[in-house]
Amino acid sequence: MKGRIFSVVGSLFVLTVCSKGSQTNAAPPAANPPPADEPVNASAAGGTISGKIKFTGTAPKNPTIDMSDETVCKAKYKTTPTEENVVAGPANALANVFVYVKSGVPAGYTAPPPGAAPVIDQDGCRYHPHVFGMRVGQTLQIKNSDGILHNIKAMGKANRPFNVSEPTTMTMGAPRPFTAPEVMITLECNVHGWMTAHVGVRPDPFYAVSTPDGSFSISGLPPGTYTIEAWHEKFGTQTVTVTVAGTETKTQNFTFAAH
Amino acid sequence: MTAVWRFGGLAVGCAALLTAQPLNRLTAQDTTAGKTVYVKWCAGCHGDNGAGDGVAAQRMIPPPRDFTAGLYQIRSTASGELPTDADVMRSIDEGLYGTAMPGWKTRLSDRERRDVLAYIKTFSAFFADTSLHLKPIAFGSAPSGGTGADALKVGRQFYDSIGCRKCHGDQGRGDGPSAPTLKDDAQHPIFAANLHENWRFNGGGSVEDIYHRLRTGLDGTPMPSFSDLLEQKFLTDEQLWRLAQYVRSLSPKDAPVVRDVIHAPLTPKALPHAPDDSAWKAVDTYWFPLVGQIVRKQRWFAPAVSGVWVQAVHTADSIALRVTWDDRSQSPDSAWLTYIGRVLAATSSDDSTREQPALWPDQLAVQFPVSIPTGMERPYFLMGSSSGGGPVYQWRWSSGNRGSAVAGLARGIDRFDPISGGGATVGTQAVYDHGQWRLVFTRALASPDSTSQLPFRTGRAIPVAFFAWDRSNGEHCARMGISTWYFLALDEPVPARVFISPVLAMVLTLGLGMLVVWRAQQKTSLRRQQ
Repeated sequence: MKGRIFSVVGSLFVLTVCSKGSQTNAAPPAANPPPADEPVNASAAGGTISGKIKFTGTAPKNPTIDMSDETVCKAKYKTTPTEENVVAGPANALANVFVYVKSGVPAGYTAPPPGAAPVIDQDGCRYHPHVFGMRVGQTLQIKNSDGILHNIKAMGKANRPFNVSEPTTMTMGAPRPFTAPEVMITLECNVHGWMTAHVGVRPDPFYAVSTPDGSFSISGLPPGTYTIEAWHEKFGTQTVTVTVAGTETKTQNFTFAAH
Repeated sequence: MTAVWRFGGLAVGCAALLTAQPLNRLTAQDTTAGKTVYVKWCAGCHGDNGAGDGVAAQRMIPPPRDFTAGLYQIRSTASGELPTDADVMRSIDEGLYGTAMPGWKTRLSDRERRDVLAYIKTFSAFFADTSLHLKPIAFGSAPSGGTGADALKVGRQFYDSIGCRKCHGDQGRGDGPSAPTLKDDAQHPIFAANLHENWRFNGGGSVEDIYHRLRTGLDGTPMPSFSDLLEQKFLTDEQLWRLAQYVRSLSPKDAPVVRDVIHAPLTPKALPHAPDDSAWKAVDTYWFPLVGQIVRKQRWFAPAVSGVWVQAVHTADSIALRVTWDDRSQSPDSAWLTYIGRVLAATSSDDSTREQPALWPDQLAVQFPVSIPTGMERPYFLMGSSSGGGPVYQWRWSSGNRGSAVAGLARGIDRFDPISGGGATVGTQAVYDHGQWRLVFTRALASPDSTSQLPFRTGRAIPVAFFAWDRSNGEHCARMGISTWYFLALDEPVPARVFISPVLAMVLTLGLGMLVVWRAQQKTSLRRQQ
């Protein structure tokens, strides 16, 4: 337990250093950047970037999943389940896009402590959520609602990977917290080759995942100019620069080309 | 210069000791010297930059380790942790069984192996991250009684309940329902281990080795760690040991040893035509390893069939030969089509065009010379030739036409001419059962054409060779597993005189001896009377 606290603290320290480093490569800072030694805290009063994500063209069909070897999972669906590579809403709205502040967070910014650890549920031989974000230092909680063997393999590059098994209904923490920012880490189950999920690990709370109607919102931003990246597992990434002042809400939409 | 480096290395090593590096971290390492060793011996497979992309990498399944990820299969640490130096050194020393990685203990000096280990670690920044504290798992030792029926029953119970069968199959031959979908982190195809071949387990085949792999998982592969289940009280440590003991029990006590001559005894009973005829239980079994066909295009370095188990018996007029081998799929099986595609994509081809995956049947060939050679000369082992040594006589069986084999003459790897009409009929019966083919060939000893269709004779050493194609591994045509020539000997019935002659000789000798003694005694008594 002690070790875990130390590693969290340690990683936060590393992250502060990292975010300082990335800021130098980012877009020019806001007119009056706060001095580095004066902490800037996110508050409800901060700025907001929100918008809608759409795609043009025809979305590729998600492959159907043959669950005949897993009757427990198969019974959870009325129609043939499919993979969730492209989840589209009405009017070409695009869900499961991970939107995050790639750079531009002021150097002196102190992120609020992360909230409750995120949970990924293996239910119906699919992951819920399919795309999500979490904070550096958090330990992913892994839940098995199916009661059959799943293994969960995290294929991090900046973070140490892991591969653990859950043969029954249970919830357990991943072997260790994620310690470095990384967008994205793929999670997969090898028993069920179709099961994949994607997690973005961030040093700050400035990330969101688009909902089925394609909307997202990142709030509490200190004034500044930010590089915002939107990531989709099939359609790639898009990057824009947005300047936020005061408590204003800036609208930033993204449009991906389906392919 | 070297001295300076060595001194530097020593200093670093001492510093590491002083800063209380917890684990058997090796000291006095010299990454510069290590690089020299690496470039000479390792880079061919692992690549100049350690990315597992050396010139030979595209020939291998599994591919060589990519050191840049800092991800190692064989460790004593928890899933996702770095290996200890001792862990990596063990892989260097002993190699990784069942893969192309040989052991280096006898090839490189202690110093060279330490240096190269130090150099390998420079490829991943994780090794320089001092916040990652290595903590080897305290494995304990195996509970006794591991080979008893009760222990194995417990092991089998957890084999089922923690889902081993999903990948490794019901009988453990790597033929589980998820097996065709398995890939490693680099998206290369990867087989679930055949648990009946413990001498090919990457990290060793002892009960301890198996238990360690269950605890640590094989990072970078689909094999997860089961350590958390102990914490979650899903099973006890003893039960996990029982599982390891059960897995160990699936393989023979000792790794098979090659014996060159298959002895086919004469059976007074009927010839066993069926693969599962109980008569086969009484017949000695011989194991022959198969290796990749790398002589002719398409060369194949990654055969899936590691060897065949062979038995033979004969009657006065016929012979039966049983060949048994493990194969994860009963090809053609559409479930393996994607896997075949991955195999073809992961391995480089001799041709400029990459072959498209297709559903091919499994195949096995048994090869003989066309007639029993009189001298030492035998035909070319790799399917004969169109000139010189001449053709070879083969029985070819394919799972596509199960129940019948084709006899014919091979003249090189590309040419097989079936013998049609008037030839000696080769009977075949095959069974596919939980990842294993069992196949019986039968034929009359005599042949209608003794110049092209080998007549079997007792008391002679008949050359024999084996070839196997596992189509779920993308093997067909020249891509196959091959053996060299071995021998088949049809044991002659032991004639009665073999048993009678010595007895007769003994009786005669005894009689003569007694006669001599009697005569001598008579002479002595005569002299005394005189």
